[in-house]
Formats: sequence, C-alpha cells, structure tokens
Amino acid sequence: MIQNRVEQAYREHWARLLALLTGQFRDMDLAEDALQDAFADAVRTWRNDGVPSNPAAWLLTTARRRALDRMRREASNARRMPLLVVDGGEPEMADMSAIPDERLRLIFTCCHPALAQESRVALTLRCVGGLTTPEIARLFLVSETTLAARIGRAKKKIAMAGIPYRVPESGDLATRLDGVLAVVYLIFTQGYANRAELAPEAVRLGRVLAELLPREPEVLGLLALMMLQHARRLARFDDGGALVLLADQDRELWRWNEIADGLAVLNRALAANSLGTYAIQASIAAHHATARQAADTDWERIAVLYAELERLTGSPVVRLNRAAAVAEWQGPGAALNLLAGLDELLPRHHRLPATRAELLSRLGRDTEAVEQYDRALELVGDNSERAFLCGRRDVSARRAAGR
Amino acid sequence: MQYALLIYQVDKHWAEADEAERARMYAEHGKFVELLNAHDAMRGGAELALSANATTVRRNNGEALLTDGPYAETTEQIGGYYIVEAKDLDQALEFAKACPADIVEVRPFAPASEPG
Repeated sequence: MIQNRVEQAYREHWARLLALLTGQFRDMDLAEDALQDAFADAVRTWRNDGVPSNPAAWLLTTARRRALDRMRREASNARRMPLLVVDGGEPEMADMSAIPDERLRLIFTCCHPALAQESRVALTLRCVGGLTTPEIARLFLVSETTLAARIGRAKKKIAMAGIPYRVPESGDLATRLDGVLAVVYLIFTQGYANRAELAPEAVRLGRVLAELLPREPEVLGLLALMMLQHARRLARFDDGGALVLLADQDRELWRWNEIADGLAVLNRALAANSLGTYAIQASIAAHHATARQAADTDWERIAVLYAELERLTGSPVVRLNRAAAVAEWQGPGAALNLLAGLDELLPRHHRLPATRAELLSRLGRDTEAVEQYDRALELVGDNSERAFLCGRRDVSARRAAGR
Repeated sequence: MQYALLIYQVDKHWAEADEAERARMYAEHGKFVELLNAHDAMRGGAELALSANATTVRRNNGEALLTDGPYAETTEQIGGYYIVEAKDLDQALEFAKACPADIVEVRPFAPASEPG
C-alpha cells in the first residue's frame, strides 16, 4: 500500500523534483542521489507516519536535507566535477504547494547536441522518464554496467564541458527543439520496432513536452503521431508474433478512445499556419486510423501528404512510403515508376526491394517479385519482418511456378 | 570557462594556397579575432607551422625518442588554435561556428584543482 503510494509519487514527481534539485545544487549526480535517498526515506517514514498531505513538498524538503548531508560528508573530498552552468537565480518557493516546473531545462540539457545520440536517449529516459538504469539497460539490450557508464560519461561531459542547464534562447530554440523531438521519436520507433515497452515511455515524454510547450505545433504533431500509431499496437502482431500489415489488421483491436484523443491533439497542431514534418506524419496516421475498413482509406489524400513530406525532408524513405500510397491510389505501375532511381540512395535498405516485390507481385510479374523478395531477405534484420517477407515470397514463388 | 578551439586542416591545401587565397584567409581570421574581442573572449592563439615541421618526442623507459613529424599521421592536422573565454559550451560552440576553418575541435580547459 505505502509502496504503491511511493511508486505513484515517483511516477508523478520524479522529473519535476530532479529538475529543481539540479538547478539548486548545480550537480546532476548529487541531485539524483539525494532524490533517490528521499524516495527511500518515504517508504520508511510514510509507513510509520502516514502519507503526507503534499507528498511532492515532503520529498523535496527531504531531498534537499539529504543533499546537504551528502555535501557535508563529501566536503573533505576534493570536488570531483565543476558545478553546472545555471542561468538565473533560484526560483522563489514561498508556497510549497506550487512547485515550479523546470523540467524543460532538464530536457534540453539531456538532449544537448554535444552529447552522442545514444547518451541523449539514455539520459532522457533516466532523468526525465524516471526509468532506472537496469530498466533502461534491459530496454536497449545492453548490460547495466555499459548503460551506467554511458550515463556517467554523459553527466561528466555536461559538467566538464559546460553544457548549460537552461532552456535555449529563442534564436536557438527551434533547432534545439527539433533535437529533443528526435530523441523522443527515436525512443518511440525503437519501441515500435522491437522493444514494445519503450513506446509508452515515449508517449509519456511526448505528453510532458506538450504540457510544457502547449503552443509548439511540432510538439503537438509528434504527440499526435505517437498516440495514433500507439493506438494500433494490439493489432500489429498476430498470436504467433508475426507482423500484420495495416490493411490486414483487425480494427476491432484498435483503441478507438486513444485515436479520438490523438485526433484532438492533431487538431491543435493543425491550427498552425504551416505544417511541420511530425504534423504531416500525424495527419497521415490520422487518415489510416479513421478508416473503419482498409478499403475506406483516403489514399489520394495520403499520397499528397507524403509528397509534401518528401518535399520538406528530401528523404528517399518517404518516397518509398509515398509509392506505397500511390500504388493504392493510382495503381502499382505508377508506384513502381516512383521507385526508379532509389537504389543508389537506399542501397542497404530492405524496404526498397520489399516494396518493389509487392508491386511486381500485384502486377502479376511473380518471377521478378521473387528476385526482389530474395534481395529484401538478404538485407532485413528484424525477425517478425523476416517471417512476413518469407511468407509473401512463397506466395509469389508458387504462382510463378504454376505458370 | 575557457575553451581551446583546435583548428584542423589539410596541410596540403594551405601549402598549395596562392597569395590571394592566403590573404583572404588571414583577413577572415582577423575578422574572427574582432568578433572574439567584441565579446571580450579572446585569450590567446596562434597559427602553427605545417605539421611537416613538427618533431615528436616520446619518453620510453626514461629515454627520449625523437621522430620527424606529427604524433599522428592523419589527413587533417592541427594548424592553429584559439583560447576563448565563454560563459558555457553553447557560446563556445557559437565561436567555433564563426571560426574560419573546416574543422574545429572545442575542448574545455580542465577545472583548476582546489588548493590543499
């Protein structure tokens, strides 16, 4: 019971308290250790004295005391690291019930472009997501030692190199925000591809960002995109764990209430004058998510959105997706033409031969389709996708032999 | 905080640059120094002679071994450096972006160890 209340407080308050303590003590390790201490104290104290009326304020006071204890104990040791560069004074906290929200500073520091992408991901999950080091290590299939060392190195660089603990100035904000969104979306797509437990963490981070930056269209666009994709999670794999294509998914398994929530967020993103890449992707996801049957999908609109996304990103992967939409709208022949010339840009990407194979098979050119499936199977890594491609290849091979 | 901006360049490009090209580069560095001065950030720096002029000294069991050339034979070599004062890494990176060089490594000074 008390354990549950402490866990609930952890989920609700970890990042906010860590952000405040980091700003106050200008030391990420000290802030984190002291906050851990406070949660451990809570388990003991709340059991005896009951849960305090304001758990967050109790945790903050306790963590501050624990931090001061630690500083006194370690005072004799030489300082290990320089203090963080922090802008501005300490926030006034006359009223303990209104704990200031400084999570944005924490997020921008964890996602600083001077850190390696994998460090940004690990730090963000640890500091903002509140996941423990063993949890993150499990999610990324690396040892706890490796993950702890990665987080340790990143924190050390933040202090040593003077990565500032602050929200970037308005001139840099847009670029830096792109970097933050990329980290969150990377966490989501990793979850989407093979570590299912990561996706909800990414959605949670997306919600935090949308709460902190409610007027940024791309923040809302990313959140909507993740919510709309995540709402289909139960339909994406069959009982044997094999990937189910969107067209074949059992739409009864989609979470329609989550889709409605995602659409509401998307509508806020679409209020902006120009659409960013996440809002466009969310719009595409929305067209899929609102089709009651696969046949109802508005492929023309989706193809147009992909064309716009391709114009913004110049990405050959987007061209692939666009081709798949064009195949539904104007037929496999038109789509095949769109794939011409992509081989040089995507030499090792299994989805190019896989898409081409699918289109050839629909045109009845099964012998060529089998060749392309074989090529795709050489390149694919993921097991569920491999099984799917094998199945499709066999269908084409049987048809080619039957001729 | 102080940072070293280490400039890496392909020696051959500088060796083969003509008079006009060199004058243009020096003018750009002059402008960069003005920018640093405007922020009261310039703390030192120098252009270094090409790496072919370097001698590397290695201590091995108390013996100093000399080799002709730079420590590492890479395509790009350190061609010069600036020492700048910046309030944080973001500002140091702004300076590095303004520095007229293809590759700039930004290295923070190690913190001074406390006395005692």
